[in-house]
Amino acid sequence: MTRRSGSKALTWMAVSAVAFSAPALADENASLVVNGEIEMVTETDAPAHLEGVLGDKIRSGWTFRARETQALQLDDFDNPGMIFVDQAAEQWDTVEGSEGKSCASCHDDVETAMAGVRATYPKWNDQAEEVRTLVMQINDCRENQMGAEPLKYTDGKMTAMEALISVQSRGMPVDVAIDGPAQSTWEQGKELYYTRFGQLDLSCANCHEDNFDNMIRADHLSQGQVNGFPVYRLKNTKLNNSHARFKGCIRDTRAETFSPGSDEFVALELYVASRGNGLSVEAPSVRN
Amino acid sequence: MQLKKLTVAAALVAGAATAGEIAPGDVVFTEDGAIEISLSGAPGVAANAPEIMDKGAGNCIACHQITALSDIPFHGEVGPSLDGAGSRWTEAELRGLVANAKMTFEGSVMPSFFKVDGFNRPGDAYTGNAAQEPLEPLLTAQQIEDVVAFLLMQKDQ
Ligand code: HEC
Ligand code: HEC
Ligand code: HEC
Repeated sequence: MTRRSGSKALTWMAVSAVAFSAPALADENASLVVNGEIEMVTETDAPAHLEGVLGDKIRSGWTFRARETQALQLDDFDNPGMIFVDQAAEQWDTVEGSEGKSCASCHDDVETAMAGVRATYPKWNDQAEEVRTLVMQINDCRENQMGAEPLKYTDGKMTAMEALISVQSRGMPVDVAIDGPAQSTWEQGKELYYTRFGQLDLSCANCHEDNFDNMIRADHLSQGQVNGFPVYRLKNTKLNNSHARFKGCIRDTRAETFSPGSDEFVALELYVASRGNGLSVEAPSVRN
Repeated sequence: MQLKKLTVAAALVAGAATAGEIAPGDVVFTEDGAIEISLSGAPGVAANAPEIMDKGAGNCIACHQITALSDIPFHGEVGPSLDGAGSRWTEAELRGLVANAKMTFEGSVMPSFFKVDGFNRPGDAYTGNAAQEPLEPLLTAQQIEDVVAFLLMQKDQ
């Protein structure tokens, strides 16, 4: 894992100096340039399939966060999520399972092998005839290529590996396919997104579509995008997979949740990812 | 003299409370979503409302700003300000709104606080596990009356 020190994003510093009087608020005009070199698209034209439900523009969750939280994503030295990425980089070279292989045995160098991969996940796998999340694909390689035990869906080692692979696509636009064989899964995810759950009777859309940019208690509601996942949360001081976030959001409607890795959450991840088509892969992003 | 009368009246009303309490399934709404009679059979106690409207069972502040509770931090913006609610709405309308706002505003994102069925995958509070049936309403009949009494006091300045 190469990290750069040195120049921080100057654009952001200049803008934030002006906005200094309101430290608690997100700085919506700030731009995100990581390590002074990776320019992130944090706001862009909404994909056609949204038919204007979010207005003209989609926005990364980063644009809704407080300045101090935003700042942690500017440089890998400040980003607490990068520690886990480094751990996964070691894991990449570690032999596990009955076949005596590591990820590197087949994929060689992670930077080359995994460049662009994150941006297209979840995606249809022809052989398995299913939509696969990155986690499912990693576990498939563990089980069927390495003869190793699959990891629990939200195991810290798994989320770290997901982050390592995602980092190789940083700055590339999310580009998940929603047509062809993935279409029925996408439709299922869309249906879930608009279904109200729990005794509070709220859907994802009620909060992240009808009310993004509004405060709900002390939280500035975002569009609930997943381009930044896995996400390092200051609240639990670890990397979090998107399914863990979905689970928390459904639980907060006083509902019985679905499990990480369930068919429902796989479909939901595909659909939510597609709402962010065009935003940059940002992982590991930092949130409160 | 005056005081004595009041005490007697209060005692009478309190006695009637259990007998007069309406179950969530038996609530009668007007066409406009109002509820004409007290759900608990007793008058509301406005002084109890702030706690209910804060992080308690109601959590109204998560979505609404209200100046009268400005000592509680972080008022939300999902719903309109509740300032002046007592000038905009009658008691019956407020009762209907707090009990089940969807009868007034179709498809509202405001939760229904006095409703126990018709939910999709109801959970056991905030555990993420399945609920134990039968469900309890989010607010009791008396809590609704307390909140209504408080809202009625919020007059336009
Ligand atoms: C024995 C060889 C082997 C090992 C070891 C292995 N993989 Fe794979 N991996 C494959 C093959 C084969 C594919 C499918 C290639 C294809 O069809 O694009 C694949 C595909 C993938 C993909 C999907 C790439 C894409 O473009 O969609 C990811 C991600 C991946 N592997 C991660 C891992 C990780 C992480 C490890 C270590 C935990 C690992 N693999 C170990 C053989 C291996
Ligand atoms: C009661 C409102 C509410 C509902 C309903 C809700 N969420 Fe959230 N969600 C939040 C809040 C608050 C946050 C944290 C602030 C933010 O990013 O919006 C959040 C955060 C998220 C994030 C993290 C975004 C980021 O950039 O880090 C995702 C993803 C998300 N929600 C997805 C969903 C999905 C999918 C559903 C439906 C299953 C859902 N949410 C339902 C309130 C809600
Ligand atoms: C999840 C967010 C949410 C919560 C929690 C919530 N409300 Fe609301 N409330 C709304 C919305 C949104 C509206 C606007 C009606 C509509 O368009 O659906 C509303 C409308 C109202 C109104 C009518 C507004 C007016 O014009 O004066 C009252 C009164 C009200 N709510 C009271 C409450 C009380 C009391 C509580 C707590 C017991 C509460 N609300 C909890 C979202 C919420």
